[in-house]
Amino acid sequence: MTKEEYVETINRISGTDVRKCMKCGKCSGRCPAFKDMDIKPHQFVSLLVKGDVDALLESKAIWHCLSCMACVERCPRGVAPAAVVEAVRDTVVRMQGNNGVKAEDIPPVVDELIPQQLLVSAYRKYNK
Amino acid sequence: MKISYYPGCTLKTKAKDLDVTARLCAKALGVEMEEIENWQCCGAVYPMATDEIATKLSAVRALDHAKHNGGKLLTLCSACHNVIKRTNEDMKTNDDIRFRANNYLQLDEPYGGEAEVLHYLEMLKTVVGFDNIKKAVVNPVKRKIGAYYGCLLLRPSGVMAFDNPENPTIIEDFIRAIGGTPVIYPFRNECCGAYVSLKNSDLPKQKSKKVLMSAKEKGAEEIITACPLCLYNLQVNGEGTLPVKYFTELLAEALGVQV
Ligand code: SF4
Ligand code: SF4
Ligand code: SF4
Ligand code: SF4
Repeated sequence: MTKEEYVETINRISGTDVRKCMKCGKCSGRCPAFKDMDIKPHQFVSLLVKGDVDALLESKAIWHCLSCMACVERCPRGVAPAAVVEAVRDTVVRMQGNNGVKAEDIPPVVDELIPQQLLVSAYRKYNK
Repeated sequence: MKISYYPGCTLKTKAKDLDVTARLCAKALGVEMEEIENWQCCGAVYPMATDEIATKLSAVRALDHAKHNGGKLLTLCSACHNVIKRTNEDMKTNDDIRFRANNYLQLDEPYGGEAEVLHYLEMLKTVVGFDNIKKAVVNPVKRKIGAYYGCLLLRPSGVMAFDNPENPTIIEDFIRAIGGTPVIYPFRNECCGAYVSLKNSDLPKQKSKKVLMSAKEKGAEEIITACPLCLYNLQVNGEGTLPVKYFTELLAEALGVQV
């Protein structure tokens, strides 16, 4: 796939218009995973505007976003940074061999109390 | 009165307490929760990518069932509520998703978002009424209680339309109705760390501790939630800072419902 095709796909499946961003940084200011992200929520938006696919696809932040929607809630321009993070993560994990969770990762974290919800959520977010 | 009810997989397993207490309390308050037939796991997280269709179908099937069985779909798990309500909005407003989901499902009549998704807390407020709950209380829960909303009930507020996303009040009103004193604390609508423990085990630990410390500082003696994952994160990562319970457990206590 060409760079342009990646940019087009990420834009389309994110369902949000990143060109509306005015670079205020409120999304990143509210993000609870900010410290753990190599690319911050506002940078996901601006890198997509720039079409810097390499930086987006290499980001480790896609594994740390909590999908908490705080960034979406706070954006004064109606942009959805969380949807850009998800569109990038989906683009990555839809490539063969890129699943974020391996079956052998599971048993060590399973304890008596772990709810199905956690495992189902993680599989849906990190694997295809 | 009967309402179609979507329990979800976690409420059938690790979160049985939430399901059982909710059903018994609803019955005591005159509402019969009728579990819909053949429901499937909703997937726990709403798929945001606009080309995701298959991952939304279980929610659409449940919604269509409710459309033909009373028109309302009652949810209890915050995650199920978030997935089903957002999917319903897609079916109402997104022509492409509605077309493709219906094209696959081939229902007798296409589904277009006709059902109303109602969370159990909304049912308590609008169907039963907090005043009527107050009247039914035999054993007031006279404690200082912190409501933990987390994210899934509130956000994105444009779709969830559950409460004010920055300053919600419904669970505090519920606490007052059962005789308790609500404690307002800053982190009650902050995320607990969600599902990322498989990729980053530290993040849920830090986030959950912050929530609990924030509640404790403001004087809370316990925390209530509607989300099995919130309960898990707060209990396991909070290292016993405060007891964490499902809101329905306190409702059962207040109504004197024997579990
Ligand atoms: S959804 Fe993700 S990017 Fe947005 S605020 Fe939450 S953790 Fe940060
Ligand atoms: S909050 Fe919205 S407008 Fe501001 S930087 Fe983030 S995406 Fe751009
Ligand atoms: S959200 Fe949770 S409890 Fe609800 S059906 Fe899906 S995984 Fe199961
Ligand atoms: S706080 Fe955490 S578990 Fe609870 S609703 Fe948010 S993501 Fe879910």
